[in-house]
Amino acid sequence: MSVLLIAEHNNKELRPFTLNAITASSQIDTDVHVLLIGKNCGEVAKSLSEIKLVKKVLHAEADHYENFLAENFAPLVVKVSENYSHIISSANTFGKNLMPRVAAHLNTSQVSDIIKVISPDTFLRPIYAGNAFATVKSIDEKKCVTIRPTSFEPCVTSGGSAPIEKVEAVEAFPSSKFIKREEVKSDRPELGTARIVISGGRGMQSGDNFKLISAIADKLNAAIGASRAAVDAGYISNDHQVGQTGKVVVPDLYIAVGISGAIQHLAGMKESKVIVAINKDGEAPIFSVADYGLEADLFEALPQFLEELNKLNTIQK
Amino acid sequence: MKILVAVKRVIDYNVQIRVKEDGTGIVTDNVKMSNNPPDDNAIEEAVKIKEAGKATEVIAVTVGEEKSQETIRKALAVGVDRGIHVKADGIVEPIAVAKILQKIIDKEKPDLVFMGKQAIDDDCNQTGQMLSALLNWPQATFASKIEIKDNKLEVVREIDEGLETVEVNIPAVVTCDLRLNEPRYASLPNIMKAKKKPIEQISASDLGVDTTPRVQQIKVEEPPKRKAGIKVASVAELVQKLKNEAKVI
Repeated sequence: MSVLLIAEHNNKELRPFTLNAITASSQIDTDVHVLLIGKNCGEVAKSLSEIKLVKKVLHAEADHYENFLAENFAPLVVKVSENYSHIISSANTFGKNLMPRVAAHLNTSQVSDIIKVISPDTFLRPIYAGNAFATVKSIDEKKCVTIRPTSFEPCVTSGGSAPIEKVEAVEAFPSSKFIKREEVKSDRPELGTARIVISGGRGMQSGDNFKLISAIADKLNAAIGASRAAVDAGYISNDHQVGQTGKVVVPDLYIAVGISGAIQHLAGMKESKVIVAINKDGEAPIFSVADYGLEADLFEALPQFLEELNKLNTIQK
Repeated sequence: MKILVAVKRVIDYNVQIRVKEDGTGIVTDNVKMSNNPPDDNAIEEAVKIKEAGKATEVIAVTVGEEKSQETIRKALAVGVDRGIHVKADGIVEPIAVAKILQKIIDKEKPDLVFMGKQAIDDDCNQTGQMLSALLNWPQATFASKIEIKDNKLEVVREIDEGLETVEVNIPAVVTCDLRLNEPRYASLPNIMKAKKKPIEQISASDLGVDTTPRVQQIKVEEPPKRKAGIKVASVAELVQKLKNEAKVI
């Protein structure tokens, strides 16, 4: 049977992790259908239909789908799920919020946050903040699975011409209301998808000192991350947090500055391709995962780092 | 108003876990156990609401083996009024926990149900959402701020893009994020007093809930280790390595 993927989007465009989720879905079954629920999101339907791996787009529109409330989405997903063996979404806050509500309606035990498809019913998933990997097999007839987006490559966005089929909306859930969303706007690449991430920890000592980090981020076209300690200390807003309770990132280059390397933080970045640690404590656990460690006072090292970058003729963007 | 808080006993977050050599799970013998951290935020929030005169009773529920009672005792020591321990052995999946909680809620009829957004052992992040689906109640997940307004809750949620505010009618299920509040420590007199507070014990089978796992754990293994890196002597050397050896800048 086919796989049903729930698209994540903002009514104007797909959110990028949907592409990673399409890749994961196609590894379960090649007949990938995407369910798009929103308001005035015709452009998104069109872009989905152009993706080669997508075989059909199911498109539902209603006013009450504008803000992606799980209470409104879940009954529609359940209705559409009848003809599918798997329901898939990304394991980010969108999918984490929605999928268990769907799974409970379907009386299915969900498999969360998989990092590998072993077979259509068997998956690899991290447990204990990534300190162990579990191979799990779902014996439910219908499987609800969320995927860790950074563990799957984004799919190609062209080469397809899938049909777009309209799906009737179901009634709005009366007891929940969306009030507002405060998105953090930035000219920098998104933390979850950036090629380079530079993060600061408690060692930054103040929010103002993060300007040392942003100067380098500007130079490298990097996203800015932070440890939970830095977020809790109020140096930077929580949407920058990398770690078990924040975002999991897998950039080509991760630069940890003034971060000791608590288990929770390592869980969010240790799969990065190249890791740099700058810390004045040579015994800090961050050095055990770093490819390049620099034992130095960050307040001296960061300005020098910027200076050295300025000397380079070219910098990859 | 009555608030029910669900708590789970897990390996303490400061413990470096070890995988069993036979690949059947994680070593738990002689390992320090604690309350799941965001469940402590859920307890704190419920107790604060009661202290503000907006709730009359706070009940803590846990599902698990005999020793799970410890989590209830800790909750009682910081201001929860009474506890319910649902006995169940082995892995109890979120869907089974949600069904158990639903049975308890049918009987206790709370106005609000709080719990942590995720347990730090299985990292499932499912139970609250599943419970609200089974009850057909609204859900406010990953809450970093909760405000009670008449018969509604205004909840600020932490989402990937930033913050989102939703308004949900009571009764509702709220899952709590770590930034919701700062959980208090129990004082010694309160720990002593907690010993006298009642804990009701029932078993999952008495409630008619089948807890047999439907996601079988085939194997648990250590994640692949990173190879040890090198220490560089200067910033200049670091930049050269990144440019010429790792080729990432």
